[in-house]
Formats: sequence, structure tokens, C-alpha cells
Amino acid sequence: MAAAAPSITAPVQGGRSKSELIAFAIMVAFFVIAPNFIYPIFLMKALCFALFACAFNLLIGYVGLLSFGHALYFGWASYVSAYAAKSWGLPPELAILAGAATAGGLGIIAGALAIRRQGIYFAMITLALAQMMYFFAVQAPFTGGEDGIQAVPRGKLFGLINLADQTNMYFFVLSVFLLGFLLIYRIINSPFGEVLKAIRENEARAISLGYKTERYKLVAFVLSATLAGLAGATKAIVFQLASLTDVHWTMSGEVVLMTLLGGLGTIFGPVLGAFSIIAMQNYFAGFGQWVTVIQGVIFVFCVLLFRRGIIGEIANALKIRL
Amino acid sequence: MSKEAILETEDLTKEFAGFVAVSGVNLRVERGTIHALIGPNGAGKTTCFNLLTKFLSPSKGRIKYKGNDITHLAPADVARLGLVRSFQISAVFPHLTLLENVRIALQRVRGGSFDFWRSKGVLDNLNERAMQLLTDVGLESFSNWTAVELPYGRKRVLEIATTLALDPEMLLLDEPTAGMGHEDIDRIAALIKRVSADRTVLMVEHNLSVVSDLSDKITVLTRGRILAEGDYETVSKNPEVREAYMGTGHA
Repeated sequence: MAAAAPSITAPVQGGRSKSELIAFAIMVAFFVIAPNFIYPIFLMKALCFALFACAFNLLIGYVGLLSFGHALYFGWASYVSAYAAKSWGLPPELAILAGAATAGGLGIIAGALAIRRQGIYFAMITLALAQMMYFFAVQAPFTGGEDGIQAVPRGKLFGLINLADQTNMYFFVLSVFLLGFLLIYRIINSPFGEVLKAIRENEARAISLGYKTERYKLVAFVLSATLAGLAGATKAIVFQLASLTDVHWTMSGEVVLMTLLGGLGTIFGPVLGAFSIIAMQNYFAGFGQWVTVIQGVIFVFCVLLFRRGIIGEIANALKIRL
Repeated sequence: MSKEAILETEDLTKEFAGFVAVSGVNLRVERGTIHALIGPNGAGKTTCFNLLTKFLSPSKGRIKYKGNDITHLAPADVARLGLVRSFQISAVFPHLTLLENVRIALQRVRGGSFDFWRSKGVLDNLNERAMQLLTDVGLESFSNWTAVELPYGRKRVLEIATTLALDPEMLLLDEPTAGMGHEDIDRIAALIKRVSADRTVLMVEHNLSVVSDLSDKITVLTRGRILAEGDYETVSKNPEVREAYMGTGHA
């Protein structure tokens, strides 16, 4: 019994680990120089999806809740953001905030209904609510139905910085992403995050210690929905478009795939997962419908061979936190 | 003549779709005692526990804790009143370290657990108390291990340390020695004896030697009803209890 402790995780006292800090520095450095050799539009798209996946991961990776309706927040935030920028003429930062706030509001309603149930029932309720709002988006006049909201003006950030300029737009998106990413990191490593992990590990025990777990789950759900909305709202400004694709259930499925591929419950996994999937969609576009088949095969491989996801397997092999 | 009751039930009844698991139980646990709940499998002991800690809602009857009616409280609220339970299967947070396991309980008492914008560094001042609690139960050298790596007996010890972090007035232990070897049983029994010094303990237990060593009072349940009550001497001589436990042939 006196054997040395085969500790799986690095010591936890006192916040961030060195490996996380190094990985973060590498990630930021990559994003700063990337537009010099990678198409910026692709990078911006990937960054929006990376934030979306990180927000989704907050729920599944750290609370153990599988939402199968996260397109609801991503897509509806993009509609509100596009509509606010185009029809109300709001500056981009306010349009994006309006989108994220809408997603947060929807998250309160959907979350309050869904967190009363566990496991598959939770997933089904989130899916049902998302589908309901999808059909609403199809019918409602202001979403533009099949056409979506097109020609959304990018506008001037704080009335000063012209986002029509690709470099300005890119660094704005990067800032939004990093802000969201760091906020999620902080949430995970906060007193609140500690309770979330306890709930994920053993909810009944958390209750028996006096935690009202449903309230914690609801707050986490709303935070996740708001951040998913932040990603969707930003994407609408980048692409000057909000469309049905982003509220469709396949979008909810894609974010699950991104997170699984990168690594559930890892900080950097969803970012890498999102980049991989978006890259595949972009560069394999020549294969047409086969892209979906390829994604399916990757999903099967992922589940069968590396369940922890790419980052999860690396972290496990090197015994570090990522 | 008798001491003050800390936990009392009145006609406590639970039906599951026609099956009566607990039926008209009037339980009275006195402050400062170790009270054991025993009975054959399926007697309703665990259901009774779940009712007392509000993990289940009774079909009928009332529960009073320190004179207040707690029949309609949420389970987390019951815990906040100082009535904290353990579980039959070991209830630890498997992928947290031992220190984190204990600290999560201390954190609840500390408050501020919704602060998602603060660094968890603010919890570091709980580490000392957490280590002290681990030291009290002899787990200090494992504080960096994740709970899942611990052998079973020590998980139960960790669970008790976590419960004690809340400094509860009353502990409900569901089969604390189930599935353990002799050495671990002795350790747990000694630990229960020690923590009961200024607390009340209600436990479900199958190991009769533990029950006879520790308990001040024993309640025997069969088929959801109280069959007998009293100290070990009285209960063990009761012919009905002997029959329920061993069958008529040996009586």
C-alpha cells in the first residue's frame, strides 16, 4: 500500500498547469501568423466553430450533459445578429451581443425544461426544442426562410475599425474567440467549475453534500448557450449571412463530432476538432456528398480507436493536462 | 427518562406501484446515540434511508428532524440542515483527487460556489483543513491520488472524511462495512465509534458483530415493518427476530 502514487492528473492546487500555458501560447502564436499562409475566411469560419465546440464541451465535458440541440443557440444568435446589423443598423459589436443575449435567453428556457431529465431524455428534449425553433425559423418572415438573411453589413467596430477589411475582421474574430476561450477556461477552473466536475462525477453524492445540482446545471447550460450564441452571432457578421444551415439539427450533430474528435473534457480538444472538421469540409469539397461519408467513417474510428479524442489521447500519453 | 429525539418518523410509508416497501414505520433516533437499522434483504432499510434523506418522497407519513418537519424538503436542503448520508455503493468523486473530494464538501460550507468568474485559487485556503480531515482518517499520504485508484475499503474511509467535512450533526451510513475485509471493517468500526462522540449516527448494517459492538439501539425491519427494537441483548433474544434471520429450524 506504500507504493508511489500513480497520479493520473497533474497536481491541482493553484490553478493552471504548465502544459496548458505552453499549449495556449502555441495556439495564439499560430493564429496570429496563420493568415499569412492560410486563407483568412477559412480561419475565421474555423475559429467560430472552435468557439462553438468549446461552448458545447463546457456542458458535455465538464457537467456530463449531452445537448443535442446546440444549433438552436448558434443559429438563432446568428439570425438575431444578422437582423440587428442589417435591419436595425446596429454596429457589429452590439449586433453580436444581441445575438449572444438571445441565445442566453433561449438557453434559460430550454435549460429549465431539459435539466429535469437525465441522459438520453435530456438529449431528446434539447433536440425537440431545437427542432421546434428550426421550424419556427423556416416559417417566420424575418429569417428570410430558405434564403436566410443575406448581405449583412460588417460595419465599423466601435464606429472606428472597418470590418470590411479582411485583416481587421480576422483579428476581431480572433479576439472574440480568445475572449470566449479564456472565459470558458476560467469557468472550468473556478469554484463553480469544481462543483460542475463533482456533479459530473457523482451527482447523487453532490446532492447529499448539500449542493442544489439542478441550479448549477442550469447556470452551466445558460453559459454554454450564450457562448455558442457568441460564436454564431460572430459567424453571421463574418459571412454576412444567417441561414437555415446553422439552426438545422445536422449542425448540432457536427458540434458533437468536433468535440468528440478533438477530445471531450479537454480544453484544446474542441478547437482542434473544429479545425479538422472544417478543413475536411473545405478541402474535401471536391468529393461532394462523400464528405459526409468520410466524416462518418472518422466518427466510427474515433469511437472505436481513440475514445479520448486526439488531444485527449495525447494528454493521456504524456500524462499532462491539455 | 429517554433522551431527546433528533430524528423521528411518524407512520412513514412508501409504495412503489402497489408494492409496499416501507409500511407505517415509527422510528425514533435519540441524540448522541448510534442507532442501527438491521433486517434481511428487501426489508426496506435502504428505502427507509432514501426517505429520511429525501432522495425518495414518502407516500404517507411525516419526518421530523430536530423538531422540524422535513417531510417536504429537497434532499440538498436536508443535507444543509446537518443530516448527511452515505451510500451503499461507495460515493466518492472518482476522477478527483482525495484532497479535491474533501474540499468539495468544505467548499459547500464556504459558499460562493456559483462564482464562475473567480479562479479556483480562492479555494486554496481550504486545503489545510482538507488535509487535516484526510490525516484524521489516515489517508494523508494519498491526498494526490485520484479516488478511483484507492482500494475499496479506503474509498469508504474517504467517503466518511468527506461527510465529516460538513461537520454534520447526524450521519446516516448505508452499510458502511459492506464488501470489506476484516482489517478494513475494524478500521471503519473504530472510525464510526470515534466520530459518533459528538454526533448521532443511524446506520444500516449487515455485519452483526459491528452492530453489537457499536450500537446503542437496534431497530429490526422485515417486509417494511418494524419487527423489534431495543439494545442488542433484547433484540437478539427476540424469537421473531431469530426466525426472520435464521428461519424457524434453528430457533
